[in-house]
Amino acid sequence: MLRIQIITIVVNILFVLYISRLIVKGKLREEYAIVWVICTVFLLVFSFWTEGLELLRRLTGVVVAANLVFTGFIFAILIYLLHLSVVASKLHNDNKKLAQEISLLKEEFNKHLEKTEK
Amino acid sequence: MPGKVLIVIPCYNEEASLPALLPELLSTNLPNGYQMEALIVNDCSKDNTSTVAKKYKATVIDLPVNLGIGGAVQTGIRYALENSFDLAIQLDGDGQHPPKELPKLINHHLQTGANIVIGSRFLEKEGFQSSFARRMGIKYFHWLNRLMTGLSIYDSTSGFRLFDRKATQLAAANYPDEYPEPESLVVFSKAGLKISEVAVVMAARQGGQSSIRSFGSLYYCFKVTLAMFFSFIRKP
Repeated sequence: MLRIQIITIVVNILFVLYISRLIVKGKLREEYAIVWVICTVFLLVFSFWTEGLELLRRLTGVVVAANLVFTGFIFAILIYLLHLSVVASKLHNDNKKLAQEISLLKEEFNKHLEKTEK
Repeated sequence: MPGKVLIVIPCYNEEASLPALLPELLSTNLPNGYQMEALIVNDCSKDNTSTVAKKYKATVIDLPVNLGIGGAVQTGIRYALENSFDLAIQLDGDGQHPPKELPKLINHHLQTGANIVIGSRFLEKEGFQSSFARRMGIKYFHWLNRLMTGLSIYDSTSGFRLFDRKATQLAAANYPDEYPEPESLVVFSKAGLKISEVAVVMAARQGGQSSIRSFGSLYYCFKVTLAMFFSFIRKP
């Protein structure tokens, strides 16, 4: 086994452990972890199966294998960023509704309080 | 039975202009026996807007986070809906919209039956007309609005607006957050509401800063154009 293979496999395992820890501690929700788990599975598969990348390179007609890796990952990252923007937009809307609801309730509550005090 | 009117005053750091605005507002007589309630929506101001506002006979709603003008106005609209007001009128907290012009909006609503009445600076060349660049921008939005709504609205960025019950219901559910004025017109006209303009005289702002400054004005044009376009193609 090549030295680089061992390094990637070890890093991968550490990464999976870290993700698991985050999930267990409740700091990362499972739905957002899926992407990261899939990424590590990909990396792990290709660290063991070195000819796989060469095979993919020939299938897609890319000249340099590294370019295929970069293109693939950059695309995946862009899609994921878009997903995060969607999540942020949803949170923004929910946050707005909550803030409005709270302020309206507070006003109503104060009104009732004044009435009962009189 | 006389109707109830809610005056929605969105405020962000307006402690300087409120002491002039509120007494004038509260002493304004509305036509047709309409009863007025003033509502200050304090959009998480950093100054003492809330404390200043509470000295007057007005309802004050403090937002826990800054929502922007659209979110603040929508809070007021929701209050109007929940407390069954007949009309809601947005009046900016910076003193640009003189309370003495309020009867014009209400009378226009009563005469035309329009769901939305916009107080416009440009129907008659009177009072504060704002800067050249800003007037150009407003011309552009006039054109864009005509393209998307088929209506000729001269002052589509004016925040001096009357909403009737129907418009209140719609705006409570769907009102843009940031720079809401031109965009909301597309939403309203798509929903089949009647929009009308009436000439008012506006003053230059008494204090505070415009939400649209030179720095962000290009962003403003771009963002609003985009938002209007997407509101236009969105299914109602």
